Amino acid sequence: MPFIPHTEKDTREMLAAIGADSIEELFDEIPAELRIDHLHGVPEAHNEMEVSRLMSARAAMDGSPMCFIGAGAYEHHIPTAVWDIATRGEFYSAYTPYQAEASQGTLQTIYEYQTMITELTGLDVSNASLYDGASALAEAALMAVRTNRRVKTGLVLLAPGVNPVYEKVAQAIAGSQGLTFERLPVDAATGNVAFDALEAGRSPVAVVAQQPSFPGTLEDVDRLADWAHGEGALVISIANPTALALLKAPGHWGEKGADIAIGEGQPLGVPLSSGGPYFGYMTCKQQHVRQMPGRIVGRTTDLDGKPGFALTLQAREQHIRRTKATSNICTNQGLMVTAATIYMSLLGFEGLAAVARRSHANATRLVDGLCAIDGVSRLYEGPYFHEVALQLDRPVAPLLATLAERNILGGFDLTDYAGVDALLVCATETKTDGDIDAYIAAFAAVMT
Amino acid sequence: MSELPGDLLYTKDHEWLRREDDGSVTIGITDHAATALGDLVYVELPEVDQEVEAAGEMAVVESVKAASDVYAPIAGTVAAVNDDLADDPEKINAEPYGEGWIVRMMPSADIDESEMMSPDAYQQLLDELDD
Repeated sequence: MPFIPHTEKDTREMLAAIGADSIEELFDEIPAELRIDHLHGVPEAHNEMEVSRLMSARAAMDGSPMCFIGAGAYEHHIPTAVWDIATRGEFYSAYTPYQAEASQGTLQTIYEYQTMITELTGLDVSNASLYDGASALAEAALMAVRTNRRVKTGLVLLAPGVNPVYEKVAQAIAGSQGLTFERLPVDAATGNVAFDALEAGRSPVAVVAQQPSFPGTLEDVDRLADWAHGEGALVISIANPTALALLKAPGHWGEKGADIAIGEGQPLGVPLSSGGPYFGYMTCKQQHVRQMPGRIVGRTTDLDGKPGFALTLQAREQHIRRTKATSNICTNQGLMVTAATIYMSLLGFEGLAAVARRSHANATRLVDGLCAIDGVSRLYEGPYFHEVALQLDRPVAPLLATLAERNILGGFDLTDYAGVDALLVCATETKTDGDIDAYIAAFAAVMT
Repeated sequence: MSELPGDLLYTKDHEWLRREDDGSVTIGITDHAATALGDLVYVELPEVDQEVEAAGEMAVVESVKAASDVYAPIAGTVAAVNDDLADDPEKINAEPYGEGWIVRMMPSADIDESEMMSPDAYQQLLDELDD
Protein backbone atom coordinates (compact mmCIF):
# COMPACT_ATOMS: atom_id res chain seq x y z
CA MET A 1 0.00 0.00 0.00
CA PRO A 2 1.37 3.43 -0.87
CA PHE A 3 2.22 6.02 1.77
CA ILE A 4 1.79 9.51 0.30
CA PRO A 5 2.47 12.58 2.43
CA HIS A 6 -0.24 15.23 2.57
CA THR A 7 -0.11 18.20 0.23
CA GLU A 8 -0.12 21.88 1.19
CA LYS A 9 -3.81 21.92 0.34
CA ASP A 10 -4.43 19.00 2.75
CA THR A 11 -2.52 20.86 5.45
CA ARG A 12 -4.57 24.04 4.92
CA GLU A 13 -7.83 22.10 5.03
CA MET A 14 -6.86 20.28 8.22
CA LEU A 15 -5.78 23.51 9.91
CA ALA A 16 -9.03 25.15 8.87
CA ALA A 17 -11.04 22.25 10.25
CA ILE A 18 -9.50 22.58 13.71
CA GLY A 19 -9.46 26.36 13.64
CA ALA A 20 -5.73 27.04 13.56
CA ASP A 21 -4.27 29.60 11.17
CA SER A 22 -0.88 28.01 10.77
CA ILE A 23 1.34 25.14 11.82
CA GLU A 24 3.08 27.64 14.11
CA GLU A 25 -0.19 28.35 15.88
CA LEU A 26 -0.92 24.63 16.16
CA PHE A 27 2.30 24.08 18.11
CA ASP A 28 1.94 27.30 20.08
CA GLU A 29 1.50 25.56 23.41
CA ILE A 30 4.96 24.01 23.32
CA PRO A 31 7.19 26.47 25.20
CA ALA A 32 9.77 28.22 23.04
CA GLU A 33 12.71 26.96 25.08
CA LEU A 34 11.75 23.36 24.36
CA ARG A 35 11.65 23.91 20.60
CA ILE A 36 14.47 23.51 18.15
CA ASP A 37 14.26 25.63 14.97
CA HIS A 38 16.90 23.71 13.13
CA LEU A 39 18.69 20.40 13.47
CA HIS A 40 22.34 20.62 14.27
CA GLY A 41 24.47 19.65 11.27
CA VAL A 42 21.48 19.39 8.94
CA PRO A 43 21.45 22.24 6.42
CA GLU A 44 18.22 23.89 5.30
CA ALA A 45 16.44 23.24 2.00
CA HIS A 46 18.84 21.63 -0.42
CA ASN A 47 17.63 20.32 -3.74
CA GLU A 48 17.98 16.69 -4.71
CA MET A 49 21.25 17.13 -6.57
CA GLU A 50 22.82 19.02 -3.66
CA VAL A 51 21.62 16.44 -1.16
CA SER A 52 23.01 13.57 -3.27
CA ARG A 53 26.36 15.30 -3.50
CA LEU A 54 26.45 16.08 0.23
CA MET A 55 25.49 12.56 1.26
CA SER A 56 27.98 10.98 -1.16
CA ALA A 57 30.73 13.18 0.26
CA ARG A 58 29.78 12.27 3.83
CA ALA A 59 29.49 8.56 3.01
CA ALA A 60 32.94 8.66 1.43
CA MET A 61 34.34 9.91 4.75
CA ASP A 62 33.63 6.43 6.16
CA GLY A 63 35.99 4.88 3.59
CA SER A 64 36.06 1.09 3.63
CA PRO A 65 38.21 0.24 6.62
CA MET A 66 38.60 -3.24 8.05
CA CYS A 67 36.41 -3.11 11.14
CA PHE A 68 37.25 -4.86 14.40
CA ILE A 69 34.95 -2.68 16.53
CA GLY A 70 31.88 -4.19 18.15
CA ALA A 71 30.78 -2.64 21.46
CA GLY A 72 27.09 -3.04 20.72
CA ALA A 73 26.86 -2.90 16.91
CA TYR A 74 28.28 -5.71 14.80
CA GLU A 75 29.33 -6.06 11.18
CA HIS A 76 27.86 -9.20 9.65
CA HIS A 77 27.49 -10.42 6.12
CA ILE A 78 24.03 -9.48 4.87
CA PRO A 79 22.83 -11.61 1.93
CA THR A 80 21.91 -9.33 -1.01
CA ALA A 81 18.40 -10.76 -1.04
CA VAL A 82 17.67 -9.20 2.37
CA TRP A 83 17.57 -5.58 1.27
CA ASP A 84 16.44 -6.45 -2.25
CA ILE A 85 13.25 -7.81 -0.75
CA ALA A 86 12.97 -5.36 2.15
CA THR A 87 13.06 -2.36 -0.18
CA ARG A 88 10.29 -3.61 -2.46
CA GLY A 89 7.47 -1.09 -2.62
CA GLU A 90 5.13 -3.35 -0.68
CA PHE A 91 7.49 -3.38 2.33
CA TYR A 92 9.32 -0.09 2.00
CA SER A 93 7.84 1.85 4.88
CA ALA A 94 8.61 2.27 8.53
CA TYR A 95 4.94 2.84 9.25
CA THR A 96 2.62 0.76 11.35
CA PRO A 97 -0.09 -1.13 9.53
CA TYR A 98 -3.22 0.02 11.35
CA GLN A 99 -5.49 -1.15 8.55
CA ALA A 100 -5.51 -4.92 8.69
CA GLU A 101 -7.61 -5.11 5.51
CA ALA A 102 -4.87 -3.38 3.51
CA SER A 103 -1.76 -4.69 5.25
CA GLN A 104 -1.88 -8.47 5.52
CA GLY A 105 1.61 -8.94 4.06
CA THR A 106 3.28 -6.48 6.41
CA LEU A 107 1.36 -7.81 9.39
CA GLN A 108 2.31 -11.39 8.59
CA THR A 109 5.97 -10.37 8.27
CA ILE A 110 5.86 -8.82 11.74
CA TYR A 111 4.05 -11.88 13.09
CA GLU A 112 6.79 -14.15 11.68
CA TYR A 113 9.41 -11.81 13.19
CA GLN A 114 7.73 -12.07 16.60
CA THR A 115 7.70 -15.86 16.31
CA MET A 116 11.41 -15.99 15.45
CA ILE A 117 12.43 -13.64 18.26
CA THR A 118 10.40 -15.53 20.86
CA GLU A 119 12.14 -18.74 19.72
CA LEU A 120 15.57 -17.11 19.98
CA THR A 121 14.90 -15.70 23.44
CA GLY A 122 12.89 -18.64 24.78
CA LEU A 123 10.01 -16.42 25.93
CA ASP A 124 6.30 -16.39 25.15
CA VAL A 125 5.49 -13.12 23.42
CA SER A 126 7.31 -10.47 21.39
CA ASN A 127 6.33 -6.97 20.43
CA ALA A 128 6.82 -5.63 16.91
CA SER A 129 10.15 -4.03 18.02
CA LEU A 130 11.35 -0.78 19.60
CA TYR A 131 13.78 1.94 18.48
CA ASP A 132 17.02 0.26 19.56
CA GLY A 133 18.61 -1.81 22.30
CA ALA A 134 19.33 1.15 24.57
CA SER A 135 15.81 2.59 24.60
CA ALA A 136 14.50 -0.97 24.98
CA LEU A 137 16.26 -1.09 28.36
CA ALA A 138 14.42 2.04 29.47
CA GLU A 139 11.11 0.54 28.32
CA ALA A 140 11.89 -2.76 30.05
CA ALA A 141 12.71 -1.01 33.33
CA LEU A 142 9.45 0.98 33.21
CA MET A 143 7.59 -2.20 32.32
CA ALA A 144 9.14 -3.96 35.32
CA VAL A 145 7.86 -1.21 37.63
CA ARG A 146 4.32 -1.61 36.26
CA THR A 147 4.50 -5.39 36.50
CA ASN A 148 6.27 -5.88 39.82
CA ARG A 149 3.85 -3.65 41.70
CA ARG A 150 4.60 -4.95 45.18
CA VAL A 151 8.08 -3.42 44.99
CA LYS A 152 7.98 0.34 45.45
CA THR A 153 11.70 1.15 45.49
CA GLY A 154 12.08 1.92 41.78
CA LEU A 155 15.56 0.46 42.15
CA VAL A 156 16.98 -1.23 39.05
CA LEU A 157 20.25 -3.09 39.59
CA LEU A 158 22.52 -3.46 36.58
CA ALA A 159 25.15 -6.16 36.24
CA PRO A 160 28.61 -4.64 35.72
CA GLY A 161 28.55 -5.91 32.14
CA VAL A 162 25.55 -3.83 31.03
CA ASN A 163 26.49 -1.52 28.15
CA PRO A 164 27.21 1.91 29.74
CA VAL A 165 25.45 3.66 26.86
CA TYR A 166 22.29 1.68 27.61
CA GLU A 167 22.46 2.87 31.20
CA LYS A 168 22.84 6.46 30.05
CA VAL A 169 19.82 6.23 27.76
CA ALA A 170 17.71 4.41 30.37
CA GLN A 171 18.67 7.05 32.93
CA ALA A 172 17.70 9.85 30.52
CA ILE A 173 14.29 8.30 29.77
CA ALA A 174 13.32 6.68 33.07
CA GLY A 175 15.44 8.58 35.61
CA SER A 176 12.87 11.34 35.92
CA GLN A 177 10.06 8.81 36.48
CA GLY A 178 11.21 7.64 39.90
CA LEU A 179 13.65 4.96 38.77
CA THR A 180 17.23 4.73 39.96
CA PHE A 181 19.86 2.63 38.24
CA GLU A 182 22.73 1.19 40.25
CA ARG A 183 25.54 -1.17 39.37
CA LEU A 184 26.09 -4.50 41.08
CA PRO A 185 29.64 -5.12 42.40
CA VAL A 186 32.18 -6.36 39.87
CA ASP A 187 34.67 -9.19 40.22
CA ALA A 188 37.90 -7.66 38.93
CA ALA A 189 39.25 -11.00 37.67
CA THR A 190 36.23 -11.99 35.55
CA GLY A 191 34.58 -8.64 34.82
CA ASN A 192 31.30 -10.27 35.91
CA VAL A 193 29.10 -9.93 38.99
CA ALA A 194 30.96 -10.46 42.28
CA PHE A 195 28.46 -12.85 43.85
CA ASP A 196 30.20 -12.81 47.25
CA ALA A 197 29.74 -9.05 47.48
CA LEU A 198 26.02 -8.97 46.58
CA GLU A 199 23.89 -7.15 49.10
CA ALA A 200 20.58 -8.83 49.89
CA GLY A 201 17.38 -7.15 51.03
CA ARG A 202 17.47 -4.00 48.91
CA SER A 203 14.16 -4.82 47.20
CA PRO A 204 15.15 -4.10 43.61
CA VAL A 205 12.23 -3.96 41.20
CA ALA A 206 14.41 -5.47 38.47
CA VAL A 207 17.90 -6.86 37.93
CA VAL A 208 19.47 -6.49 34.49
CA ALA A 209 22.05 -8.93 33.12
CA GLN A 210 23.78 -8.65 29.76
CA GLN A 211 24.97 -11.72 27.86
CA PRO A 212 27.62 -11.55 26.47
CA SER A 213 28.58 -8.62 28.66
CA PHE A 214 29.70 -5.27 27.26
CA PRO A 215 33.40 -6.23 27.70
CA GLY A 216 32.70 -9.58 26.02
CA THR A 217 32.59 -11.93 28.99
CA LEU A 218 29.97 -14.56 29.75
CA GLU A 219 28.08 -13.95 32.96
CA ASP A 220 26.77 -16.77 35.18
CA VAL A 221 23.25 -15.76 34.22
CA ASP A 222 21.58 -18.77 35.87
CA ARG A 223 22.97 -17.83 39.25
CA LEU A 224 22.27 -14.14 38.78
CA ALA A 225 18.67 -14.76 37.65
CA ASP A 226 18.02 -17.01 40.66
CA TRP A 227 19.52 -14.45 43.03
CA ALA A 228 17.39 -11.68 41.49
CA HIS A 229 14.18 -13.69 41.74
CA GLY A 230 15.06 -14.52 45.35
CA GLU A 231 15.23 -10.77 46.02
CA GLY A 232 11.74 -10.31 44.59
CA ALA A 233 13.02 -8.63 41.43
CA LEU A 234 12.08 -9.25 37.82
CA VAL A 235 14.95 -10.35 35.59
CA ILE A 236 15.64 -8.32 32.46
CA SER A 237 18.08 -9.85 29.98
CA ILE A 238 20.06 -7.99 27.35
CA ALA A 239 21.43 -10.45 24.81
CA ASN A 240 23.07 -10.33 21.41
CA PRO A 241 20.66 -12.20 19.11
CA THR A 242 23.47 -13.80 17.11
CA ALA A 243 24.98 -15.18 20.31
CA LEU A 244 21.59 -16.64 21.25
CA ALA A 245 22.04 -19.17 18.44
CA LEU A 246 24.67 -20.77 20.72
CA LEU A 247 23.97 -19.55 24.26
CA LYS A 248 21.15 -20.48 26.61
CA ALA A 249 18.00 -18.52 25.80
CA PRO A 250 17.08 -15.91 28.45
CA GLY A 251 13.72 -17.63 28.98
CA HIS A 252 15.65 -20.55 30.47
CA TRP A 253 18.03 -18.61 32.71
CA GLY A 254 18.01 -20.08 36.20
CA GLU A 255 14.99 -21.81 37.63
CA LYS A 256 12.34 -19.35 36.44
CA GLY A 257 13.93 -17.73 33.38
CA ALA A 258 14.22 -14.04 32.54
CA ASP A 259 10.93 -12.17 32.71
CA ILE A 260 11.71 -9.64 29.99
CA ALA A 261 14.31 -10.07 27.24
CA ILE A 262 15.58 -7.12 25.25
CA GLY A 263 18.50 -6.33 23.01
CA GLU A 264 19.85 -4.67 19.92
CA GLY A 265 18.48 -6.30 16.77
CA GLN A 266 21.02 -4.73 14.40
CA PRO A 267 23.18 -7.88 14.02
CA LEU A 268 20.23 -9.53 12.24
CA GLY A 269 20.60 -8.09 8.75
CA VAL A 270 20.88 -4.38 9.50
CA PRO A 271 24.07 -2.64 8.32
CA LEU A 272 26.24 -0.59 10.69
CA SER A 273 25.33 2.63 8.78
CA SER A 274 27.28 4.94 11.07
CA GLY A 275 24.98 4.15 13.97
CA GLY A 276 21.46 3.65 12.72
CA PRO A 277 18.63 3.15 12.14
CA TYR A 278 18.68 -0.06 14.17
CA PHE A 279 15.90 -1.77 16.09
CA GLY A 280 15.38 -3.07 19.61
CA TYR A 281 13.72 -6.38 20.30
CA MET A 282 11.60 -7.13 23.34
CA THR A 283 9.99 -10.37 24.48
CA CYS A 284 8.42 -11.38 27.79
CA LYS A 285 6.53 -14.03 29.67
CA GLN A 286 2.86 -14.32 28.75
CA GLN A 287 1.74 -13.14 32.20
CA HIS A 288 3.46 -9.75 31.66
CA VAL A 289 2.11 -9.03 28.18
CA ARG A 290 -0.45 -6.42 29.31
CA GLN A 291 2.40 -4.23 30.52
CA MET A 292 4.53 -4.65 27.40
CA PRO A 293 4.97 -1.45 25.39
CA GLY A 294 4.70 -1.27 21.63
CA ARG A 295 2.70 -2.97 18.96
CA ILE A 296 1.88 -6.65 18.87
CA VAL A 297 0.58 -8.48 15.82
CA GLY A 298 -1.71 -11.43 16.45
CA ARG A 299 -3.10 -14.17 14.27
CA THR A 300 -6.85 -14.47 14.11
CA THR A 301 -9.60 -15.78 11.84
CA ASP A 302 -11.99 -13.76 9.72
CA LEU A 303 -15.75 -14.24 9.42
CA ASP A 304 -15.21 -17.06 6.92
CA GLY A 305 -12.82 -18.83 9.27
CA LYS A 306 -9.75 -17.96 7.20
CA PRO A 307 -6.55 -17.05 9.03
CA GLY A 308 -5.52 -13.42 9.07
CA PHE A 309 -3.35 -10.98 11.01
CA ALA A 310 -4.18 -7.85 12.99
CA LEU A 311 -2.68 -5.61 15.64
CA THR A 312 -3.79 -6.93 18.99
CA LEU A 313 -3.92 -5.89 22.67
CA GLN A 314 -4.12 -2.29 21.51
CA ALA A 315 -5.77 -1.05 24.70
CA ARG A 316 -2.22 -0.81 26.15
CA GLU A 317 -1.23 1.69 23.51
CA GLN A 318 -1.15 5.45 23.23
CA HIS A 319 -3.86 5.83 20.57
CA ILE A 320 -6.32 4.15 22.98
CA ARG A 321 -5.01 4.69 26.52
CA ARG A 322 -3.51 8.12 25.95
CA THR A 323 -1.52 9.24 29.00
CA LYS A 324 -1.96 5.86 30.70
CA ALA A 325 -0.45 3.93 27.79
CA THR A 326 2.39 1.50 28.48
CA SER A 327 4.60 3.88 26.51
CA ASN A 328 4.16 7.22 24.79
CA ILE A 329 7.57 7.36 23.19
CA CYS A 330 7.94 4.05 21.44
CA THR A 331 7.22 2.79 17.98
CA ASN A 332 8.26 -0.24 15.97
CA GLN A 333 11.08 -0.11 13.43
CA GLY A 334 9.06 -1.69 10.64
CA LEU A 335 11.62 -1.64 7.87
CA MET A 336 14.51 -2.89 10.03
CA VAL A 337 12.30 -5.67 11.35
CA THR A 338 11.38 -6.64 7.80
CA ALA A 339 15.08 -6.94 6.97
CA ALA A 340 15.73 -8.96 10.14
CA THR A 341 12.87 -11.31 9.36
CA ILE A 342 14.19 -11.94 5.85
CA TYR A 343 17.73 -12.35 7.23
CA MET A 344 16.61 -14.93 9.79
CA SER A 345 14.46 -16.78 7.22
CA LEU A 346 17.37 -17.00 4.78
CA LEU A 347 19.85 -18.20 7.37
CA GLY A 348 17.57 -20.41 9.40
CA PHE A 349 18.54 -21.43 12.90
CA GLU A 350 21.45 -23.54 11.64
CA GLY A 351 22.74 -20.69 9.50
CA LEU A 352 22.61 -18.27 12.41
CA ALA A 353 24.44 -20.80 14.58
CA ALA A 354 27.06 -21.17 11.85
CA VAL A 355 27.57 -17.39 11.80
CA ALA A 356 27.93 -17.43 15.58
CA ARG A 357 30.43 -20.32 15.55
CA ARG A 358 32.51 -18.75 12.76
CA SER A 359 32.55 -15.44 14.62
CA HIS A 360 33.70 -17.16 17.79
CA ALA A 361 36.45 -19.04 15.94
CA ASN A 362 37.63 -15.81 14.29
CA ALA A 363 37.66 -13.97 17.60
CA THR A 364 39.74 -16.79 19.08
CA ARG A 365 42.28 -16.57 16.25
CA LEU A 366 42.44 -12.81 16.69
CA VAL A 367 42.82 -12.86 20.47
CA ASP A 368 45.37 -15.66 20.49
CA GLY A 369 47.43 -13.77 17.93
CA LEU A 370 47.20 -10.43 19.72
CA CYS A 371 47.98 -11.93 23.13
CA ALA A 372 51.22 -13.39 21.71
CA ILE A 373 52.42 -9.78 21.31
CA ASP A 374 54.46 -8.34 24.19
CA GLY A 375 52.41 -5.93 26.27
CA VAL A 376 49.04 -7.47 25.35
CA SER A 377 47.01 -9.77 27.60
CA ARG A 378 43.39 -10.69 28.34
CA LEU A 379 41.81 -8.20 30.72
CA TYR A 380 39.35 -10.77 32.08
CA GLU A 381 39.64 -14.53 32.33
CA GLY A 382 36.91 -16.90 31.23
CA PRO A 383 34.99 -17.74 28.07
CA TYR A 384 33.82 -15.20 25.48
CA PHE A 385 31.74 -15.05 22.31
CA HIS A 386 33.11 -12.89 19.49
CA GLU A 387 34.45 -9.93 21.43
CA VAL A 388 37.28 -9.75 23.97
CA ALA A 389 38.76 -7.12 26.28
CA LEU A 390 42.55 -6.80 26.13
CA GLN A 391 44.81 -5.00 28.56
CA LEU A 392 47.69 -3.07 26.96
CA ASP A 393 50.91 -1.74 28.44
CA ARG A 394 50.38 1.68 26.91
CA PRO A 395 47.61 4.21 26.12
CA VAL A 396 45.07 2.91 23.62
CA ALA A 397 44.02 6.06 21.77
CA PRO A 398 47.31 6.75 19.92
CA LEU A 399 47.56 3.11 18.95
CA LEU A 400 44.05 3.13 17.45
CA ALA A 401 44.88 6.34 15.57
CA THR A 402 47.95 4.72 14.01
CA LEU A 403 45.94 1.64 13.02
CA ALA A 404 43.26 3.88 11.49
CA GLU A 405 45.93 5.42 9.26
CA ARG A 406 46.48 1.89 7.98
CA ASN A 407 42.75 1.58 7.27
CA ILE A 408 42.07 -0.65 10.27
CA LEU A 409 39.45 0.18 12.89
CA GLY A 410 41.28 -1.65 15.65
CA GLY A 411 38.60 -1.84 18.33
CA PHE A 412 36.74 0.12 20.97
CA ASP A 413 38.80 2.07 23.51
CA LEU A 414 37.75 0.47 26.80
CA THR A 415 40.01 2.61 29.01
CA ASP A 416 37.22 4.71 30.55
CA TYR A 417 35.08 1.64 31.23
CA ALA A 418 37.83 -0.56 32.69
CA GLY A 419 39.93 2.07 34.45
CA VAL A 420 43.11 0.65 32.89
CA ASP A 421 44.57 0.84 29.37
CA ALA A 422 42.20 -1.57 27.66
CA LEU A 423 40.89 -2.32 24.18
CA LEU A 424 37.76 -4.22 23.15
CA VAL A 425 38.26 -6.16 19.92
CA CYS A 426 35.69 -8.07 17.91
CA ALA A 427 35.89 -10.41 14.92
CA THR A 428 32.74 -11.63 13.19
CA GLU A 429 32.31 -14.11 10.35
CA THR A 430 33.09 -11.30 7.89
CA LYS A 431 36.83 -11.60 8.59
CA THR A 432 39.05 -14.06 6.75
CA ASP A 433 42.12 -15.63 8.30
CA GLY A 434 44.08 -13.26 6.07
CA ASP A 435 42.25 -10.22 7.47
CA ILE A 436 42.88 -11.35 11.01
CA ASP A 437 46.55 -12.09 10.40
CA ALA A 438 46.97 -8.72 8.69
CA TYR A 439 45.48 -7.00 11.72
CA ILE A 440 47.72 -8.93 14.12
CA ALA A 441 50.78 -8.02 12.04
CA ALA A 442 49.79 -4.34 11.96
CA PHE A 443 49.15 -4.39 15.69
CA ALA A 444 52.53 -6.01 16.38
CA ALA A 445 54.23 -3.40 14.22
CA VAL A 446 52.57 -0.54 16.12
CA MET A 447 53.45 -2.10 19.49
CA THR A 448 57.18 -2.39 18.78
CA MET B 1 -31.63 -1.66 30.70
CA SER B 2 -32.07 -4.03 33.59
CA GLU B 3 -33.49 -3.09 36.97
CA LEU B 4 -30.99 -1.57 39.42
CA PRO B 5 -30.57 -3.63 42.60
CA GLY B 6 -32.20 -1.73 45.44
CA ASP B 7 -29.72 -2.65 48.16
CA LEU B 8 -26.70 -0.94 46.60
CA LEU B 9 -25.23 2.54 46.63
CA TYR B 10 -24.12 4.09 43.34
CA THR B 11 -21.65 6.74 42.19
CA LYS B 12 -21.63 9.19 39.31
CA ASP B 13 -18.64 7.23 37.95
CA HIS B 14 -21.00 4.28 37.40
CA GLU B 15 -19.71 2.15 40.24
CA TRP B 16 -21.76 0.37 42.88
CA LEU B 17 -21.08 -0.41 46.55
CA ARG B 18 -22.59 -3.00 48.84
CA ARG B 19 -22.09 -2.90 52.61
CA GLU B 20 -21.28 -6.37 53.92
CA ASP B 21 -22.05 -7.65 57.44
CA ASP B 22 -18.39 -7.69 58.44
CA GLY B 23 -18.01 -3.96 57.78
CA SER B 24 -16.34 -4.39 54.40
CA VAL B 25 -17.66 -2.90 51.19
CA THR B 26 -17.93 -4.75 47.88
CA ILE B 27 -17.41 -2.65 44.77
CA GLY B 28 -18.13 -3.18 41.11
CA ILE B 29 -19.14 -1.28 37.99
CA THR B 30 -22.74 -0.87 36.92
CA ASP B 31 -24.46 -2.61 34.04
CA HIS B 32 -24.52 0.74 32.26
CA ALA B 33 -20.72 1.04 32.51
CA ALA B 34 -20.13 -2.57 31.45
CA THR B 35 -22.44 -2.22 28.47
CA ALA B 36 -20.78 1.05 27.41
CA LEU B 37 -17.33 -0.55 27.50
CA GLY B 38 -18.41 -3.61 25.55
CA ASP B 39 -17.14 -7.15 26.05
CA LEU B 40 -14.42 -7.02 28.67
CA VAL B 41 -11.21 -8.91 27.91
CA TYR B 42 -9.04 -8.06 30.89
CA VAL B 43 -9.23 -6.71 34.40
CA GLU B 44 -6.20 -5.39 36.24
CA LEU B 45 -6.78 -5.81 39.97
CA PRO B 46 -5.04 -4.20 42.94
CA GLU B 47 -3.02 -6.18 45.47
CA VAL B 48 -4.74 -7.41 48.61
CA ASP B 49 -3.74 -5.22 51.61
CA GLN B 50 -3.02 -2.32 49.27
CA GLU B 51 -4.18 1.01 50.65
CA VAL B 52 -6.31 3.07 48.32
CA GLU B 53 -7.28 6.71 48.58
CA ALA B 54 -10.76 7.91 47.75
CA ALA B 55 -10.89 8.68 44.00
CA GLY B 56 -7.56 6.90 43.57
CA GLU B 57 -7.05 4.39 40.79
CA MET B 58 -8.12 0.99 42.03
CA ALA B 59 -8.44 -1.25 38.97
CA VAL B 60 -8.44 -1.14 35.19
CA VAL B 61 -11.10 -2.73 33.03
CA GLU B 62 -10.26 -3.31 29.40
CA SER B 63 -12.49 -4.15 26.48
CA VAL B 64 -11.38 -4.78 22.92
CA LYS B 65 -11.80 -1.10 22.17
CA ALA B 66 -10.97 0.77 25.36
CA ALA B 67 -9.37 0.60 28.74
CA SER B 68 -10.89 2.46 31.64
CA ASP B 69 -9.72 3.14 35.18
CA VAL B 70 -11.94 2.17 38.06
CA TYR B 71 -11.61 4.72 40.86
CA ALA B 72 -12.03 3.88 44.52
CA PRO B 73 -15.32 5.43 45.70
CA ILE B 74 -14.03 5.35 49.29
CA ALA B 75 -10.69 5.31 51.05
CA GLY B 76 -9.58 2.07 52.64
CA THR B 77 -7.61 -1.14 52.39
CA VAL B 78 -8.17 -3.80 49.79
CA ALA B 79 -9.54 -6.84 51.67
CA ALA B 80 -10.16 -9.13 48.69
CA VAL B 81 -10.13 -9.04 44.90
CA ASN B 82 -12.21 -11.11 42.52
CA ASP B 83 -9.50 -13.39 41.13
CA ASP B 84 -12.04 -15.20 38.96
CA LEU B 85 -12.06 -12.15 36.69
CA ALA B 86 -8.52 -12.98 35.56
CA ASP B 87 -9.81 -15.96 33.59
CA ASP B 88 -13.30 -14.71 32.98
CA PRO B 89 -13.50 -10.90 32.77
CA GLU B 90 -16.82 -11.17 30.91
CA LYS B 91 -18.43 -12.01 34.23
CA ILE B 92 -18.62 -8.24 34.64
CA ASN B 93 -20.76 -8.01 31.51
CA ALA B 94 -22.89 -11.00 32.48
CA GLU B 95 -23.46 -10.29 36.16
CA PRO B 96 -22.19 -6.82 37.02
CA TYR B 97 -23.86 -6.82 40.46
CA GLY B 98 -23.08 -10.46 41.36
CA GLU B 99 -20.23 -12.68 40.18
CA GLY B 100 -18.77 -9.65 38.41
CA TRP B 101 -17.79 -7.79 41.60
CA ILE B 102 -14.26 -6.38 41.44
CA VAL B 103 -12.88 -5.44 44.85
CA ARG B 104 -13.84 -5.78 48.52
CA MET B 105 -12.51 -2.96 50.68
CA MET B 106 -12.28 -2.30 54.37
CA PRO B 107 -13.14 1.41 54.63
CA SER B 108 -10.74 3.55 56.61
CA ALA B 109 -13.57 5.86 57.78
CA ASP B 110 -17.35 5.97 57.90
CA ILE B 111 -18.83 6.10 54.43
CA ASP B 112 -20.27 9.48 53.58
CA GLU B 113 -23.50 8.43 51.95
CA SER B 114 -24.21 11.96 50.83
CA GLU B 115 -21.42 11.41 48.29
CA MET B 116 -23.25 8.34 46.96
CA MET B 117 -26.48 7.88 45.05
CA SER B 118 -29.54 5.82 45.85
CA PRO B 119 -30.88 3.47 43.16
CA ASP B 120 -33.51 6.07 42.28
CA ALA B 121 -30.99 8.89 42.03
CA TYR B 122 -28.68 6.79 39.87
CA GLN B 123 -31.61 5.76 37.64
CA GLN B 124 -32.35 9.44 37.20
CA LEU B 125 -28.73 10.05 36.17
CA LEU B 126 -28.99 7.26 33.60
CA ASP B 127 -32.24 8.68 32.27
CA GLU B 128 -30.61 12.08 31.86
CA LEU B 129 -27.69 10.48 30.01
CA ASP B 130 -30.17 8.84 27.65
CA ASP B 131 -31.80 12.15 26.80
